[in-house]
Amino acid sequence: MYAQMVKTDGTRVRSLDEMEPHERAFQERVDAGQKIEPKEWMPDGYRKTLVRQISQHAHSEIVGQLPEGNWISRAPTLERKAILLAKVQDEAGHGLYLYCAAETLGISRDEMYEQLHSGKAKYSSIFNYPTLTWADIGAIGWLVDGAAIMNQVPLQRCSYGPYARAMVRICKEESFHQRQGFDALMRMVKGIPAQKAMVQDALNRWWWPSLMMFGPSDDASVHSVQSMAWKIKQNSNDELRQKFVDQTVPQAEYLGLTVPDPDLKWNEEKGGYDFGEPDWEEFFNVIAGNGPCNAERLNARKQAWDDGAWFRDGLTAHAQKTAAHSVAAE
Amino acid sequence: MATATLEPDVDQSALFEFLLRIGDNALILGHRVSEWCGHAPALEEDIALANTALDLIGQTQLWLGLAGEVEGEGRSADNLAYLRDGFEFRNILLVERPNGDYGKTLMRQFLFDAWHYLLLKALKGSAEKRIADIAEKTFKEVSYHLNRSRDLVIRLGDGSAESHRRMQEALDDLWPYTGEMFVGDTIDAALAGAGIIPAPQSLKIGWDEIVADALSESTLVKPADGYMHKGGRRGVHTEHLGYILSELQFLQRAYPGAVW
Ligand SMILES: [Fe+2]
Ligand SMILES: [Fe+2]
Ligand SMILES: [Fe+2]
Repeated sequence: MYAQMVKTDGTRVRSLDEMEPHERAFQERVDAGQKIEPKEWMPDGYRKTLVRQISQHAHSEIVGQLPEGNWISRAPTLERKAILLAKVQDEAGHGLYLYCAAETLGISRDEMYEQLHSGKAKYSSIFNYPTLTWADIGAIGWLVDGAAIMNQVPLQRCSYGPYARAMVRICKEESFHQRQGFDALMRMVKGIPAQKAMVQDALNRWWWPSLMMFGPSDDASVHSVQSMAWKIKQNSNDELRQKFVDQTVPQAEYLGLTVPDPDLKWNEEKGGYDFGEPDWEEFFNVIAGNGPCNAERLNARKQAWDDGAWFRDGLTAHAQKTAAHSVAAE
Repeated sequence: MATATLEPDVDQSALFEFLLRIGDNALILGHRVSEWCGHAPALEEDIALANTALDLIGQTQLWLGLAGEVEGEGRSADNLAYLRDGFEFRNILLVERPNGDYGKTLMRQFLFDAWHYLLLKALKGSAEKRIADIAEKTFKEVSYHLNRSRDLVIRLGDGSAESHRRMQEALDDLWPYTGEMFVGDTIDAALAGAGIIPAPQSLKIGWDEIVADALSESTLVKPADGYMHKGGRRGVHTEHLGYILSELQFLQRAYPGAVW
């Protein structure tokens, strides 16, 4: 997911009877499906977990501009270029809504950037993989936006109002992206053999990293149980991964592609696919900074920020001058 | 059908040439602007630049689409964008200048927008209806581009000492590439004579005024009008264009005949 392995505070989930009155009132509102708004009392752990989750999600949106932005200048037609530009612009917009949602919890965007740049805050593992051919752009729309939707649709019902509302807007655009990605691949697999080979190669490289987006199995994790009690997570990672595989495999077949998993097969009894285990060692390596593009992605963001300092300072200086003038004029 | 709205005495190849000039400007500047994607100094700037690039690519589709129609040899906007070589491109040199720092990108945008705005404003009254229609459609976008680039040039010029220095440097650097916008040739003369386009020289007074206003607010100093580079409008470019095209056209060149 865009937010992977988000830690909660505390070691176990407490029952209503163990809670102080205001915490109990809070939990009862959450249980009743009511939205929590920024000015209300909330447990410290709830606030901190949300900040981690939302900022990680926001960082993923903006780092996610890089792998796709890599192909804007090489898009094969003017229409594909326009579609890709619009998509990358949407992702930056998602980053913006999400930073705003996180700011309602008492952290500033600059602080969140600082955490990203220092490596303290994470972003989704998926954006540390390279985009090597044009088919990767279609594959990202289809698989990566597809996996993001799996996780984000339930987040529209998340207990924290600003996050839930941001998700409503974002989900609409993500499904659009997914359809456009699929459409681009559809066109390619109907094209010349070299195009179809390019699409198969993209699926071979993006399939497993996409499954890793949901994070390792978390059924037993205390973080996950607490997040579910707070309704900032609705489904386990395995549930979402299963749903994603069940939805995506028929689409791959429709495209005439082979999913690179020898263990993949339909299980009539469970009404879903059985599939192989992602390489979790690779996943933890990517999370730890050893993915193929970690250093490049982070450096690109840091450099953009550092190189832009004079620009931001210049605008601030201008605003201060203007303010001083208008004071003097009064 | 393709020539139904044209006056019979208007030279089709002159019209085609003009449409390449305006379409290629949009294409090449859109390409340059899009290079910033994900690397801008603030998230709001990333969004605004993507928006500008998107507008310019949309305009490219309209202008080059019409160019293909006027040419009448079955070439689409994509064919024209992806399958011509550098000597066949007609954009002015200003738009192929490398991005440089963000200040230079903004200054290039402002100098271009001020001209683009005046050009489209005049083209709204073109005797050729298809040109007037596209101008009508795109004028609003370009007015917005100008508002934005003008505002940022002013704020950064009259900002910190460093932002002032960078903006002045950008202006000095780009100034010799502005003259090309106002030099007409026989193609321009023919089309201006038929009321299809404004004479390039006629836009100079308005441009000088927009630029002088913004520069005085920005506390930047207008460079002296010295030597002006030109050549792009007749296909003689800088070395930069070849690299732009090798990226832009890679897939179309590597997979001839493929449909994307
Ligand atoms: Fe997004
Ligand atoms: Fe997202
Ligand atoms: Fe998306």
